[in-house]
Amino acid sequence: MAAIEVRDLVMTYGDLRAVDEVSLDVGEGEFVGVVGPNGAGKTTLLEMIEGLRKPDSGSARVLGEPVWPRNPRLLPRIGVQLQASSFFERLTAREQIRTFAALYGVPAGHADEWLSRVGLDEKADARVEDLSGGQAQRLSIACALVHDPEVLFLDEPTAALDPQARRNLWDLLSGLNESGRTVVLTTHYMDEAEALCDRVAIMDAGRILQFDTPTALVRGLDAPVRIVVAPGQLGRDEVARLPHVLDAEESEDGTVLTTREPGAVIGHLAEHDLLDGVQLRTGTLEDVFLAVTGRDYRA
Amino acid sequence: MSASTSERLGARTTAFVALSRAILNGFLRDRSSVFFSVIFPLMFLVLFGGVFSNQGQSRVDMIQVGDVALLETMDAETREDFEATFEVTESDDLDAALEEVRAGDADVAIVMDDGVLVAHYTLTDQTKAATTAGALRAFVDGANVGALAEESGADPPFAVRFSSVEDESLEVIQFVTPGLLGWAVAMSAAFGAAATLQGWRQSKLLRRLQLAPVSTRTVVAARIVVTVGIALVQMAIFVGLGVVAFGLELSGAWWMAVPLLVVGTLCFMSLGLLAGAVTKTQEGAVNAANFLVLPMAFLSGSFFPLDGAPGWLQAISLAMPLRHLNDGMIDVMVRGEGPASALLPMGILALFAVVVTLISARLFRWDST
Repeated sequence: MAAIEVRDLVMTYGDLRAVDEVSLDVGEGEFVGVVGPNGAGKTTLLEMIEGLRKPDSGSARVLGEPVWPRNPRLLPRIGVQLQASSFFERLTAREQIRTFAALYGVPAGHADEWLSRVGLDEKADARVEDLSGGQAQRLSIACALVHDPEVLFLDEPTAALDPQARRNLWDLLSGLNESGRTVVLTTHYMDEAEALCDRVAIMDAGRILQFDTPTALVRGLDAPVRIVVAPGQLGRDEVARLPHVLDAEESEDGTVLTTREPGAVIGHLAEHDLLDGVQLRTGTLEDVFLAVTGRDYRA
Repeated sequence: MSASTSERLGARTTAFVALSRAILNGFLRDRSSVFFSVIFPLMFLVLFGGVFSNQGQSRVDMIQVGDVALLETMDAETREDFEATFEVTESDDLDAALEEVRAGDADVAIVMDDGVLVAHYTLTDQTKAATTAGALRAFVDGANVGALAEESGADPPFAVRFSSVEDESLEVIQFVTPGLLGWAVAMSAAFGAAATLQGWRQSKLLRRLQLAPVSTRTVVAARIVVTVGIALVQMAIFVGLGVVAFGLELSGAWWMAVPLLVVGTLCFMSLGLLAGAVTKTQEGAVNAANFLVLPMAFLSGSFFPLDGAPGWLQAISLAMPLRHLNDGMIDVMVRGEGPASALLPMGILALFAVVVTLISARLFRWDST
């Protein structure tokens, strides 16, 4: 059984179709990312799946249960982290998570355990207003997990974090679907979706354009591979003699060769002992985005 | 009760207690909330109760130049009355005395001029000037009547005696405590509701709670219980301080102020909800609540009695819930009226609360955008 079944969800704001006939199935234990630029409709889609918003049309079921109208049987089985840090004002981190625990009938001791698991032991007595962005996100995620939900929704958990804090959070996020929990996360970072998710839905202008594993998405691109040879190693004549090279240009990094037969080109470079410092650049999800929308990806 | 019902009840209680504690801590740790709902109104109580309560006894400064027969011939009782009105200092220098009156250091200088009492006074303070003139004339007339009566041996045909209908202990503090308490409760209830609604909406905590297995009823009940609790603590502090420090005396049915205050709290929470519903930021919500409550406090007699206000102003004030809260509290706390006198104000406040809550519910939005 699919953990999440979404059928033809539509949400319109005035003339804008924020979510435009989206269908999506997420299997149990899967880690799925919805990725796209700001304004693509990710949050609206997520909020409809969580049961916060009534769709104009279409339906969403989570764990076999309809999510709308507010379904009290479902609520204890799902965990949510919303886009803002939804905290009670002026409580400490420990009071915060214990309050959420109490709402789900979870004992305080279990809440404290979650505080340790997200690495906030030292900050337990700090008020939420005094936490750094990364710490606040950790607490927010811990609050979403305190009742061990079967399905977890995370809306842009790494937005507004500096790159270091973002990487640190990945370590926490990547283990969340162990033990069979289903996780759905939205992000506008392609690399994040690629690093964390089993499957990625690429969303733009209210539609899901592609939905597959990152590897399959990139492979499906059938994009040429770029091989970068260290600067000054390849003369113009040598480049001209290389087989299967579609294009070659000089850049700061060296000579960039574009090819659809990377094996043959690398073999050739090896023969001439030119492999020192060679870099292979395959396509990324950003290339996929470019391919399906015709636009450069800008988060 | 079946096992599952009691379990559900237990879970609801746990959630209710946790929410109430979270809200209470949020309030107690917000210094400006505590200041504006407790300390600030208390400052007014100290000001009115401690400083202005002696205003009624402020005497007229009088300089007596040379011998004044009127004063010398007074019997002890009249002299006491006279000194309750005038504070007399003696002097021999008329010019210096006049200069003092002119400078405002004294209110009146009296001197005898050939059997006539001449009072030199200033018109700068017209009320005091009128009081001075009237009181002096009364004492002179009294002395004349006394002298004539002694001559003829007959009692004067008319006499007058003054008696206050209120308890003799009625002082400024009696009126000020219920009014200021009403204002304090109105302020903290309205601000609390407005700030909570706005703050929770902005942080999406409202949405987050919507997705937790806790009913709206439980959330609202927790907020109400905390606010009502704060109101009762405010009452305890105000009444306690009034009684201990300023000689406040509560009349028989004062305990009716408790249910009255509870209904009043609900009423002002509803106004806070309205302020929270129509504004977009937390600051805006608090300002809107302030905009509603502060003028209302002036117009509802929280700071000064409305007895002297023109009729149209009194009519406007009757449309204000705070006026009814104040009236009801004064009736049962200090005027000595029976418990039933609080019922009408409670009804009006309750009606107000229901209507404003319905309006707020119509305007309610889950999200700030």
